[in-house]
Amino acid sequence: MTSAENLDRFRRQGRIVIVGASLAGMRAAETLRDEGFTGSLTLIGDESREPYDRPPLTKQVLTGWVPAHDTVLPRRREIDATWMLGVPASGLDLAGKRVLLADGRDVPYDRLLIATGVRARPWANEAEAALEGVFVVRTNEDSAGLQERLAAGPKRVLVIGAGFAGSEVASVCCELDIPVTVAEAAEAPLTGALGDMIGSVAARLQRAHGVDLRCGVKVTRLDGDEQGRVRRAYLSDGGTVDADVVVVALGGIRNTEWLLDSGIAAGVWGVACDTGCRAFDINGLVTDDIFVAGDVARCPHPVYEYRFLSLEHWANAVEQAHVAAHNMVSPPTHRWPHLAIPMFWSSQFGVNIKSVGVPILADQIAVTQGTVDDMRFVAAYGYRGRVTAAVSFDNAKWLDHYKYMIETAAPFPPEPFPDQAADMAPIPAHFPDPVIITHGATVLVTGHEPSERRVAAVSPYGGRP
Amino acid sequence: MSVSQAPSTLQRIFDYASRADPYPLYAELRKTPVDRQEDGTYAVSTYREIYALLHNPHISSDPVNLAHPGPVAAERIKHPAFINLDPPQHDRLRRIAMRHFGPPHNPSLVTGLQPKLTDIVTGLLDRIGDREQIDVVEDFAYPFPVTVICHLLGVPREDEPQFHTWVEAIVALLDFNPETGPPERLQEGLRAREEIREYLSGLAEKRRDRQAGDDLLSKLVNEDGPDGRMTHEQVVSTANLLLIAGHETTVNLITNGVLTLLRHPDVLARLRRDPAMIVRTVEELLRYEPPVQLIPWRAAYGDATVAGVTIPAGSQVTLVLAAGNRDPARFRDPDRFDPDRPDNQHFGFGSGVHLCFGAPLARLEAQIALNAFFHRIPDARLLADPPPYRQSAVLRGPRHLAVGRG
Repeated sequence: MTSAENLDRFRRQGRIVIVGASLAGMRAAETLRDEGFTGSLTLIGDESREPYDRPPLTKQVLTGWVPAHDTVLPRRREIDATWMLGVPASGLDLAGKRVLLADGRDVPYDRLLIATGVRARPWANEAEAALEGVFVVRTNEDSAGLQERLAAGPKRVLVIGAGFAGSEVASVCCELDIPVTVAEAAEAPLTGALGDMIGSVAARLQRAHGVDLRCGVKVTRLDGDEQGRVRRAYLSDGGTVDADVVVVALGGIRNTEWLLDSGIAAGVWGVACDTGCRAFDINGLVTDDIFVAGDVARCPHPVYEYRFLSLEHWANAVEQAHVAAHNMVSPPTHRWPHLAIPMFWSSQFGVNIKSVGVPILADQIAVTQGTVDDMRFVAAYGYRGRVTAAVSFDNAKWLDHYKYMIETAAPFPPEPFPDQAADMAPIPAHFPDPVIITHGATVLVTGHEPSERRVAAVSPYGGRP
Repeated sequence: MSVSQAPSTLQRIFDYASRADPYPLYAELRKTPVDRQEDGTYAVSTYREIYALLHNPHISSDPVNLAHPGPVAAERIKHPAFINLDPPQHDRLRRIAMRHFGPPHNPSLVTGLQPKLTDIVTGLLDRIGDREQIDVVEDFAYPFPVTVICHLLGVPREDEPQFHTWVEAIVALLDFNPETGPPERLQEGLRAREEIREYLSGLAEKRRDRQAGDDLLSKLVNEDGPDGRMTHEQVVSTANLLLIAGHETTVNLITNGVLTLLRHPDVLARLRRDPAMIVRTVEELLRYEPPVQLIPWRAAYGDATVAGVTIPAGSQVTLVLAAGNRDPARFRDPDRFDPDRPDNQHFGFGSGVHLCFGAPLARLEAQIALNAFFHRIPDARLLADPPPYRQSAVLRGPRHLAVGRG
């Protein structure tokens, strides 16, 4: 039988399993059906509710405007799938082509899509994390619980971490007239994603809205009262914050533990794949029946010198899921590379912040349109003389052009625009030191001859798996 | 007399002889996506390239950035409305106007107009009654949006015959070519611009404190927002822009809608069975027969490169929206009128920061008007196809549309 006949039979009666039933998983399922896949489709998800949208969870849901249960993702079409919700995948049997579930069952597949995403990084001290009033915001339940507490009018909220999620929570507190303190280890909010210059703008924005912003400090300890309710936080600079609600916004942990033993290149950095979304095995060889999409994927981008990018963006999940699903049911000659230019947005303190490209890889930044003082501007990021990213504050309509400049490697800084201030010159971008993944050895290499050299996994979570 | 060269495709598009069906010429134009004209201006006609330029901050809407502005632009430089300004002035003026028209401060204004719009349409159709012959333009598509914009702005409806004459003369300037156009048309247009400004200035004066009402003009004159207040000059320019744009485009959208639906009885039959289909139908109409066929000029502020062609700073750029809307590289089977078309991101309202200010209102007006028209006159049929067209190549639409019954 030819491979074309094989593919045709697979498209008609093959088995596709998607692990991860959120945005990427569901959009992939829809695309598979759009592409004419009529075989069996199974979605496995650890949460028991049907797929929902996460961006509102730190915005409209927290203000109480949109009930948490009203954020279900719209279905674009029937997907005729078997849903296995409320039970996480616990392992992958590559040779046997089975997904193992935590409840002991297993699900066989012909092709697999890994879309397990990210979960909130919890407060490191388990006892402190268990105090009543300590929240993370990642799931629908997290957001519903926090919303309830905010609606009850807490005396003060402490937000730990001023990335996008933390800043959005702080913004909601201001909107609800709840006193809020933000503690950030870096010198300003958003610096990790957007650099020093934009960080200082974000700091000004937060303070102008009444946020008690403490930068360059870490929270060292959370203290509870006799009823086990959080009441105070201790800071590395010796200060304290009395707060009855603490929101831990320290980023995410990629859900890859279930793959540790599997022979797939998975770790704290995500699941590595090629631009066709095909997962690498642990030796760095590309697989042909296992695909990855969404927050958990780690994919090279040719525009950024083929560096592997892990992107936790809504648009990336959608676009990557689309490409992955297409490739899962297409012959090798018809496969697409995932080459979308990354894009994300945030709304906080009345400002729409939107970005294209990958700011963190830049060496310079220049305000190219509008003025920072008005909180209405576009800044372009450059790397070695070409435009590689841009960010806008309340000026998103121009970003398509910046995307075009990134795609065409346009020179940085760009020629002046009509609304560019005359004295604007590029300045160093200043990102905190690139986050080098220093979790110790993750693999060991064994063997001597090329035919016998292989990689073995070492658990990054401590010891051998 | 020198031997004149064959007219360019763009010149033939402007020629009144091609008004009824310019689409073959648009297809011709698309063969050269960025087409440099004899006079050094550029015509851009393919979807991707138009999109890129509408989103390129190096492409200016301010005529001061034209190397050769010409007499019409010179007048615009004197009294710019936000359509002829770049950020940040454009953004500020548009925001001040939008505060009183749409989101985020006034999100329900347009939807709240629905009963009012339905009343006006019902009144016009009642007046038509069971007359055997209808001029869709004069009896329906023109009086409807004019009544609406007068109501919104606070312009007396009974002044319509007066300002209509001015508006006609002003619209005739949109595609005026100083090389070839009759000088009296220019003079007439410029005089009309002056007179309509004086008229609106008078209305605005009256709104100051004494006769302030709920209309847009009163609010522009009297209310302060985070961006402050417009000057009197700016209020007049803004009112002028909104009156003309609210007056002269929707009439084409509605008339083109009646014409197109009568030319596609299969779609009309489906629409009559399923009135909710009107939303998609109007979107497709905006693609298929856009009321603004082309943006006659934008100015290259700096050198702008598109499709491998560098348009030098100061150049005049014509963006042929209607040609982009029929670009087969963007829309499958583009000459087919197909309301079921997926991903219909047309240029019916332009794109980018100058995206049509009144788009939500125009959509709703067209949806209500077309559904009501075919509900009341189910047996409408065209008496002349093609109908006679208005002069303008920019705001292209029938001058009259004679429709009979049965």
